[in-house]
Parts: sequence; C-alpha cells; structure tokens
Amino acid sequence: MTQSFAVRQFRFWLTNYRRTWQGSIYSGVLNPVLYLGAMGISLGSLVDQHGTKSLGNVSYLAFLAPGLLAAAAMQTAMGESTYPVYGSVKWLKTYQAAISSPLRPADLFHGHLLWTTLRLTMNSAVFLAVMAAFGAVQSAWVLASLPAAVLTGLAFGAPIEAYAMTCTKDTSFAMLFRFGIIPLFLFSGTFFPISQLPAYIRPLAYITPLWHGVALCRSLSLGTASLGGSAVHVGYLVAVTVLGIIVGNCTYRRRLYA
Amino acid sequence: MADPDILIRARRLTKTFGDFTAVDGIDFEISRGEVFGFLGPNGAGKSSTMRMIGCVSPPSGGELTILGLDPVRDGPAIRARLGVVPQEDTLDVELTVRENLLIYGRYFGLRRDVIKERTARLLDFVQLTDRADDQVEPLSGGMKRRLTIARSLISEPEILLLDEPTTGLDPQARHVVWDRLYRLKQQGVTLVLTTHYMDEAEQLCDRLAVMDGGKFAAEGSPRQLIETYSTPEVLELRFALDEQEQAAEKLADVPADRLEVLADRILLYTANGDQALDAIRARGLEPATSLVRRSTLEDVFLRLTGRRLGD
Repeated sequence: MTQSFAVRQFRFWLTNYRRTWQGSIYSGVLNPVLYLGAMGISLGSLVDQHGTKSLGNVSYLAFLAPGLLAAAAMQTAMGESTYPVYGSVKWLKTYQAAISSPLRPADLFHGHLLWTTLRLTMNSAVFLAVMAAFGAVQSAWVLASLPAAVLTGLAFGAPIEAYAMTCTKDTSFAMLFRFGIIPLFLFSGTFFPISQLPAYIRPLAYITPLWHGVALCRSLSLGTASLGGSAVHVGYLVAVTVLGIIVGNCTYRRRLYA
Repeated sequence: MADPDILIRARRLTKTFGDFTAVDGIDFEISRGEVFGFLGPNGAGKSSTMRMIGCVSPPSGGELTILGLDPVRDGPAIRARLGVVPQEDTLDVELTVRENLLIYGRYFGLRRDVIKERTARLLDFVQLTDRADDQVEPLSGGMKRRLTIARSLISEPEILLLDEPTTGLDPQARHVVWDRLYRLKQQGVTLVLTTHYMDEAEQLCDRLAVMDGGKFAAEGSPRQLIETYSTPEVLELRFALDEQEQAAEKLADVPADRLEVLADRILLYTANGDQALDAIRARGLEPATSLVRRSTLEDVFLRLTGRRLGD
C-alpha cells in the first residue's frame, strides 16, 4: 500500500514537471557541455602537457568527466530536494493538502524520492551522452556509472530532503550550498585526485558521499573498477541514502502531523 | 460500535503542544447527516480539534473514533472517506483549476475517467466551469474557496470538514459558499465546521459546541443555546460617552435578567425590550440611541465566557 501511495505523489511531480521540462532539458545538456568544454578540453590541454601520471596516465578530460558526472548528480539532487520540497510545505502548502488525502507524510517523501530518482536518471543519461560525444569514455563499463551516479545523487537527495523538512527559513539552503555543496564539489576528487590534498585533510574526503560517488563513476568509466572497491563505495552510498530515508520519515511526520 | 449513525465520537479528547493545552478533554458525538459546528474565538481549540478529526494530528489523550475506526492506526482508511476544506487555501496556484482536481482525485486513487466526470459536475456545482482551464493564481478569494470545496468533494466524502470556511471572504462570496454548503446538507453529506461567525453558525448548524479555552462552554442547537443562555430580547443602549457610567448605575434596578456594560454600549437582557425601555425613560434617562433586537449566539457567547466573540 505504501508503495502505491508513493506512486500517487510521484505522479504529482510528473504533472508539475510538464510546466518546466523544457528549461530543465536545456540546462541538463548545457551543464556538461560547458564544463567538459571549458575544464576538460581547454584546461585539460594544459594539464596533459605536464604529464598525467598522477591521474593514472589518462587524459585530463577522461579523468574529469566521470567526476563531474557524480558531482552533477549531487547538484541535481540538491536542486530537487530543497526549494521544491520546502515550497510545498511553506509557500504552496500543497503538502498540507495532500496529507488530508489517504497519503501519509512518508508517502509524500518516498514519492518525491522516486521523482528525484527519475530526474537523476534523466540528467545522468544526458551527461553520459555528452561525455561520449566528447570522447571522454574509455570502457563499456561506463554504462554502469549511470546507476552509480543516480545512487550518488540519492545519497544527497534523501538526507537533504530530510533536512529541508526541518527548515523554517529558505536561507538555510544558501548556507548549505555555500558551506556544504561547493566545498564538496571542489575537494572531493572531482577536479584533482585527493592525493593532492594535505594528508590530514584526506580522511575528511573519504567520509563524504561525493568522493565515493566520484571514485566509483571514475573507475567504471576508465575501466579500472575492482569488485571490492566498488562494493565499498556502493555500500557506503546505500548506507547514507538509507539513513537519510529513516531520518526523513521522521522529519516529514513531525513537520506535517503537528 | 453500538450506533452506526454516530460517525464521530470523542471522549475526553485532549491535544497538548508542550506545556500548552489546546484542547482540554472534550466529549462529543456527531451523527450522520448532521451539520455540527465548533463556535469560538481564535485560539479556542477549534482548529486543533478539526485536525485531530482529519487524522493529521494524533490526539494527546482521550479517545477518538471516526467512522468506527482509530485515527492513528487507520488514518489512510478514514481520510479516504473524508473531505477537508482547510482554513488556509492549499491549492496549487501554479496549476489550472482542472489540474488541481485531477491531482487531488489521483491522491484518492480515482481513475482518470471518473475524475473527469466528477470534475465537470463539481465545477458546475461551485460555478467555476468557465474557469476550468485557467490558472488558479489570479482567481478571487471566493473562487479559490469554492474550488477548495470542489476539490474536497472529488472523492465523494461521507464527512466534510470545513475549518473557517468563509473567513476572509466578502459578504457576497460568503453567501455563495453558504448556499453551496446548504445544498450539500440537503444531499445528506455530514458537515463539521468551525467558525467564529455567529451568523454562519446560526445559518448552517443543526448543533453547536461553544468552545473557549479548549473546553466546551455549552452544546446544543442554536435555538436551544439562545433559549438556555439568553433572554428572548436584548435592549441595546448607547449613551453619550461621559454619561454611560452613571447611566449604568441607575439602570441597576431596572427589571431585567442581566445587564452587560460593554465599552461602547449597554446590553439589557429581558423578555420584553420595549417595556424595559419605557421603564428606563420613566426614570428620566434618555439614551442617545436604543435598539430592541432578538438574542443571538453572540449573546450566548458573552454570557458563557464574559467576552465577545471578536475579542
């Protein structure tokens, strides 16, 4: 029963999306084109001149692209899990309307997570297509980086959404973006291997979900993935997602069932 | 449950938020086909009671049974049979009128063709057919309210809960809403509403609970309440501001059931207002204005709580 209720809420987001889908497709294509063009090709040509031993002897473009795939999934999840959720409870109050139907707070949460999953799948698929067009793919295993990127996104989406339900001001999201998402984006191995970081900071990178997502997507794209390493990354990302869902079930209920 | 016609039953129902007790041990039963109202000022506990009945706020104490079911355990099953018109509009203003009904109908698991058929009927009922494909945002307050009512009816509920259904509407829009609610009552829908408008309570409700401070101050039909707690007539007197105090003292021995001195006027509760006015004039007092009227629920509330409803 829970599942079918969540699907009802998923359909709401789908209906809602009909108004905004065009814009989201443009940004979904433009984002990878700009980043891979500016950083991967332009900056990459400089990097490649100085040798890419520390990158594992691949071009900077091939190194960077799967990292950006994971980071873009994080950004997509951030976008879907903050203002749309917050607005539903604070501005439009459509969540308050929905809980007067048979749906429960957790159904709204899970329905939105399903929606986030679909958006992550769409954006990641577009990203992979652009990667292929840029010649930044080295292994057929890259196809497995699609679910890996989606999982990376969910490891952010679930906890961020759980947090969004506790927020009473939308400035919280600007803070989260500035002090959470941006540093992760820059220092989780997306643009350079974290071996470049001072040794005492490296453990910090290991506990962030983005580093696991980047490492997983990169090893699949480069064809260097090992079973053990991948299992650790997947396990970690799943654990963070599940934790986010457990906490979110609670914050949703508290916010909506006062 | 013994009586299947009792749809909602509460025993010592309580709701607390931290140290604050919003609803303080109330008892009531609401029967099929009835229009039951919770009348009281803001903060009396009306909305908290409605949220508990709506299964979106677990009771802190006491018992609550809705349609023979437990609101905490059977919330989805109960809500499937309820319609809710919340105090604040919760329409999706970015969608069209029709899409709002579609989305809401889907929440109840209704098929598209069923929703389509009901949407046509309901928009006709709330007089919004010509706005069906317009966005909700620019609609007037009265139209949004009517759309909210239509939305609450998409699942053909057995009980309709309305929290302050006409607050914020202009008089004309209020009358349209009242008319629609009256028609629903004729169709046999059980209506439960809250209001702080006495005229709304008198017009719509078969039975009322007067709430104050989370408790019931009284319960009964509007007529019973007026007969029990007020006199048939009320004489309203206004004196020049500096004379009111003196006049009130002199009025003390005029034969009347009760005297209320308000900030701007004096209310004399009596069986016969004209006789009382004659007696006052015989004492040489001449009020600036005088008005004899029938007792209303406002008088009942004043008697029960010592305060006016709007306060």
